[in-house]
Amino acid sequence: MERAVITHGHSDHARPGSKYYLCHHFTKPILQLRLGDFDYQTVEWNEPVYFNGVTVTLFPAGHIIGSSQIKVEHKGEVWVVSGDYKVEDDGISGAFEPVKCHTFITESTFGLPVYTWKPQVQIYSGIQDWIKGNQAAGKTSVLIAYSLGKAQRVLQAVKEVSDKIFAHGAIYNMHEVLLKAKILPNGTLPAITRVTSDIPKEAYRGNVVIAPPSADGTPWMRRFSQAAVGICSGWMQVRGNQRRRNADAGFALSDHCDWKSLLHAVEATGAEKVFVTHGFQSVFSRYLNESGIEAAEVKTEYGTEEEEPIQDQNE
Amino acid sequence: MFAELVYRLGTHTKTNDKLDAIIKYFAEAADRDKVWMIALFSGRRPRRTISGSKLAVWCSELIGLPLWLFEESYHTVGDLSETIALLIPEKSQGSDKSLSWYVEKFQQMEKSDESTKKEFIIQSWNELNSRERFVFNKLLSSTFRVGVSQSMMVNALARTVKLEPSIIAHRISGNWDPSTTPFNELLNSRPAITDHSKPYPFYLAYPLEQEPALLGEPDEWQAEWKWDGIRGQIIKRNGLLFVWSRGEDLITDKFPEYITLAEKLPDGTVIDGEILPVRNGQALNFNVLQTRIGRKNITKKHLEEAPAGIFAYDLLEQNGEDIRHLPLQERRQRLTAIVADVNLPVLVLSPVIEFHSWEQLAALRIQARNNNSEGLMLKRKSSSYQVGRKRGDWWKWKIDPLTIDAVMIYAQKGTGRRSNLYTDYTFAVRDGDKLVSFTKAYSGLTDKEFAQVDNFVKRNSIEKFGPVRTVKPELVFEIAFEGIAASNRHKSGVALRFPRMSRWRKDKPPEEINTLEDLKKMLEIYGK
Repeated sequence: MERAVITHGHSDHARPGSKYYLCHHFTKPILQLRLGDFDYQTVEWNEPVYFNGVTVTLFPAGHIIGSSQIKVEHKGEVWVVSGDYKVEDDGISGAFEPVKCHTFITESTFGLPVYTWKPQVQIYSGIQDWIKGNQAAGKTSVLIAYSLGKAQRVLQAVKEVSDKIFAHGAIYNMHEVLLKAKILPNGTLPAITRVTSDIPKEAYRGNVVIAPPSADGTPWMRRFSQAAVGICSGWMQVRGNQRRRNADAGFALSDHCDWKSLLHAVEATGAEKVFVTHGFQSVFSRYLNESGIEAAEVKTEYGTEEEEPIQDQNE
Repeated sequence: MFAELVYRLGTHTKTNDKLDAIIKYFAEAADRDKVWMIALFSGRRPRRTISGSKLAVWCSELIGLPLWLFEESYHTVGDLSETIALLIPEKSQGSDKSLSWYVEKFQQMEKSDESTKKEFIIQSWNELNSRERFVFNKLLSSTFRVGVSQSMMVNALARTVKLEPSIIAHRISGNWDPSTTPFNELLNSRPAITDHSKPYPFYLAYPLEQEPALLGEPDEWQAEWKWDGIRGQIIKRNGLLFVWSRGEDLITDKFPEYITLAEKLPDGTVIDGEILPVRNGQALNFNVLQTRIGRKNITKKHLEEAPAGIFAYDLLEQNGEDIRHLPLQERRQRLTAIVADVNLPVLVLSPVIEFHSWEQLAALRIQARNNNSEGLMLKRKSSSYQVGRKRGDWWKWKIDPLTIDAVMIYAQKGTGRRSNLYTDYTFAVRDGDKLVSFTKAYSGLTDKEFAQVDNFVKRNSIEKFGPVRTVKPELVFEIAFEGIAASNRHKSGVALRFPRMSRWRKDKPPEEINTLEDLKKMLEIYGK
């Protein structure tokens, strides 16, 4: 592809191989880490760019740091691509802004009425209580979260109850990139220690470790004796998913919209036509149609598991 | 409090954590709730008061969403009670009413009309928090199951009341009504009312996973055929006969032909054996019994075409005395004498297999299917009759299952632990140009393999029929099964027993799978 406009840095939404990339300022350092050095043009939200009679403007999507919706306007007709988004303001990613348009292209990752998120502060509280319980029992709390997006949020909760936070290499690397790029206000990201084979096993006891999903169930985890594993993901809303992954705790913390938020967002755009991408496309589009909003499904490559960069096995 | 316990048992993966949660409940809960908890955890469920489909409709109405959307949610969540619990908005911190209050309400409501039930259910849904709603629904639909083994609960109880686990196991077995049995009486060492129908806990064997020679000398062991029927305990006490299944259901009514035993067995006799279709002292294929198992009323035709007998293999009580502590050899001698005395065709002594070497026994084992057995049982001659599944003295050595190579043609999402994953598959064999479905299977693969197949299904589905997707017939699996029988309810004409996927044949193309002919041949050899 010659030109790519990137909504956000997750690997199912950003691929190498294009000549030119357009993204938000905050997304660039992430792309540099994940894809390498390419021609990145960056813009601020609400700062239009003009190509061949088409105006492209980015707006905050609230999914992860730098995540953006893409508004495309041509001869008065407005289309908006949401990318991955959530409506709750997590304090890190910028607050989602509904953008008025004729056609809205939305994700539907959790487009099923069983998915209802609790407010972030409540989930953080649950995580903190769990960590405190583990500390009292002398256990190590291992929290599983994507290195981009989820981990930064989890750290907000963890830093209130633990000074000593260890992190898997993938999480540490992303952390460093974000610190260096000075995207977040000072103090948002706490100090974390990278997990290496030099660290004695006793050092982890009673402390907190953050690791990506790819590390769960691998030999890398064995160094934490007496560990309690908590998975942070919207999928934890359903018991079956938590049991299948053999977690000791599941926290339904998500960077995507839940059912009600998807409906509110769609309504807020005032769109007459909606295209539904990855997730529960057929359910969501059918519901929209029955509610009087014209909707159709779109097949994309989005929505496959976020691929974490490969870690050094010797770590 | 009960809902919290259920939630914790659902999330904790480690046995000790689960045990701690149960012990905590026993320490804190009221006696009436403890009794119900024991009842529920040992499978004594209150009867279903309302159908799942009604609950689905009422829930959809309450939340103002169309029924099709409820059903889609259900297919993803994989559990009706959980689906409802998640869909209804959380308005309350929780109810202060106890477990026993709810269970007793359910019992009262059994006789109420539908609108009364509906009112109570909707009110409760609104009053309960999400975890409580989940348990409430489970109890209501009589689908309450918890991932706690009987032995774990018995161990927790043992620690709380300071009694031996084996004694507790015996106390909570048999017929007792949770609504009328106080906690103290349940566990009392000198119960006020003696229940003379009470069965002993069954002794269960571990599968033999090592070389039999490692067990020791052949003459220390008693070998028998492992019978493929219904494990049962026959009790004759105070002039009455009771027949218990392994799952502790009283099934005396299902076997009217045993009435002759009621007269001839001496009082105070308890026999452990296998209920089988029997003719002329020989065990028939289990399929023969299938025709009458599910039936409420046993007709004369059933008795003629599928005569049931008992293959006795152990004696637990004689003359009212508990003899489980005696060595097997001694119990066997006494059993042999009793069976000879009774002398009725309905009571058969399970034969002991003479063998001088393990190799000889292994050769005999291969012939198991010829006499309608599943393999061999190995029992240490000096052992006592123990409680539950214990390692060391009783081993089961089953023969290899039958297998067939088939291609997957449909997939459906699983339930419970498998929710949201396509793990429920339909398989087909070739019949000329066509593919004929013949079985479903949903177990036997590792989590990783299920994830891979789930991925395939999502990328290769052709059509959607409700929750079922048809897929490109490309994935070949070896299906293992214990038995095969003729069935006019299936297109293929056969029905399999305990089918599961034993191997993913990534090396075999769909063109090389087995044919319908192959299945029919197996039916001829093994199904009649």
